[in-house]
Amino acid sequence: MPTISSIAYKNLRRKKLRSILTLFGIALSTWVLVSLLGFNSGYEQSMDKDIDNLGFQVLLTAKGCPYEAATLMLQGGAGLRYLPETVLDSLRANPEVDQLTPMLMQTSFDPNQGESGGVIAYLGVDPTTYPKMKSYLTFEQGGWFTEENAMEAVIGYEAAELEQREVGDLILIPDKEIEVKVVGVLKRSGTQDDGTIFMPYKSLQTLFGQEGKITSVGIKIHKDVDVSAYEEKLYALQDVQVVSMAQVKTTISNLVSTAKVMVMSIAIIAILISMVGVMNTILMSVLERYQEIGIMKSMGATTFHIFRLIWLETLIICFIGGILGALMALGLSSTTDALVRYILPYAPTGSLIKIDAMLVLKSIGIITLIGIFSGIYPAYRAASIKPIEAIKSSEGEI
Amino acid sequence: MNTIISATGLSKIYTRGAEQIKAVNNVDLEIQSGEFVAFMGASGSGKTTLIHLLGCLDTPSTGTLTIAGKEVFAAEKSLSEKKLTKVRAELFGYIFQKFYLIPTLTVKENIMLPFAFYKKPGLHQDAVTMARRLGLEHRLNHLPKEISGGEMQRVAIARALINKPRILLADEPTGNLDTKRSDEITEILHDLNRGEKLTIILVTHNPLLASHASRKLELRDGQLISE
Repeated sequence: MPTISSIAYKNLRRKKLRSILTLFGIALSTWVLVSLLGFNSGYEQSMDKDIDNLGFQVLLTAKGCPYEAATLMLQGGAGLRYLPETVLDSLRANPEVDQLTPMLMQTSFDPNQGESGGVIAYLGVDPTTYPKMKSYLTFEQGGWFTEENAMEAVIGYEAAELEQREVGDLILIPDKEIEVKVVGVLKRSGTQDDGTIFMPYKSLQTLFGQEGKITSVGIKIHKDVDVSAYEEKLYALQDVQVVSMAQVKTTISNLVSTAKVMVMSIAIIAILISMVGVMNTILMSVLERYQEIGIMKSMGATTFHIFRLIWLETLIICFIGGILGALMALGLSSTTDALVRYILPYAPTGSLIKIDAMLVLKSIGIITLIGIFSGIYPAYRAASIKPIEAIKSSEGEI
Repeated sequence: MNTIISATGLSKIYTRGAEQIKAVNNVDLEIQSGEFVAFMGASGSGKTTLIHLLGCLDTPSTGTLTIAGKEVFAAEKSLSEKKLTKVRAELFGYIFQKFYLIPTLTVKENIMLPFAFYKKPGLHQDAVTMARRLGLEHRLNHLPKEISGGEMQRVAIARALINKPRILLADEPTGNLDTKRSDEITEILHDLNRGEKLTIILVTHNPLLASHASRKLELRDGQLISE
């Protein structure tokens, strides 16, 4: 026995191409919606992970641009403003400090890199404090430096892959004509550390003639300490820039907010277009079946039956389109990730698009809700058809 | 026999600009249960409008109409659209010149379509039995586009009868068919009236079909002029 659902489903197969195109429109807007929502949560999570992986909540650098400081904190980079190493003693005296680690960033120009040469960055770290803060760093080969002023290097997983380095190899520092020995290769961590060449900071000071200077201090504070209050306290030190985890997050969020607004606008427009598309398709279908609907009413279909029939057609299109769109978003998430990464001014490591079951269900729910609204007018039009009007419209007589 | 349809002073007036057209003009009529009534007349005489009124598909401008003892239209009070839908579903089966089959449903599904909306309580009627009665058993799984015009009209008749109506309204049921198919449909309607005592009210120009009617009524300018 035919049911209202089976009649609705079979009717959508009547004009297959039209139904498929409408379905595709819904699928596309669902794809945009799922990807956008996935981006919103994925970006936050990846950035949180990056910041957590820093191992410290506050970074102290020489006074300068906060954006530069934020970049330094997350991506490394040559923060060529220096702090005196004595600042470590002042910081150690603070009861709020749990651990701290000095860092010195230096660069050298390598004329053999690429076609016109390239810059190689070295991060000088303290072998006694840095590994404690970055406890997630583990070794593929070897280990940390043997002495605090050894001419040794530890290289990240990607840097080792790129340069084809192993423990025991010698790396030449181009400007200085000095070779340092690779004593460790790190396992992949999924962070910026994968592309970094680490050396003891004391050795870098000697090599680059920067004795007594560092570029930053990573500070891990006790759990119960108010970060904001401690930041204020740090500004008592002269010529320092304090960058906290929260600040970095806010700064980067501000940088990407424009991109987020743009993507959100595209999603809203896509959804509105598909909503109009669905309404148009169903309305056309209603007008084409004017007589059929009238005849159904003559055989006992109530206004509610017809409303339900047409509404179901809209819901079927939106529901199937929603599922297809969600599958597209899942299948193409790496492409979307690459696209978003290309557009954004800063993208954290890790996956930018996080799509989970709840997000998929939520998006299908939103699209279905749109279907419910899009279907109201066509369903109302169909339900208002009077049997006599339908019969007369086809027979053309009084 | 008892009266199944009673109309008094039934009129349907259309307004076209300043002009008023009386499509049905003050018709008094009684139809008994089990009768086979044929309305005849020239085009535009109002016969189609009259059977639409009698079948509760259209509302009269004036007059009263009682169907199976229930007052459907009256000057003081008419039934709501919801109640009219129920009257149509319970009492009437309709056949039209065009068959109005749903192209996406099979013959079997088209026959059973009324059950998607309404099924008389305790009714044991299935599409296969109905199709067999009308010689459609070999066509049950075909789509309307795969069967002939005569078969399409037989499907429409099966669909109209599936809910066991008390009155079958047919508007030019053979109008779109050739002579052979037309004779088949005439025979079916005749059998339904004779065998099952089904009340049939039809509009036709077909003299053979009209010859089977127990009563032939002629309309001119919306008025009944002869019985």
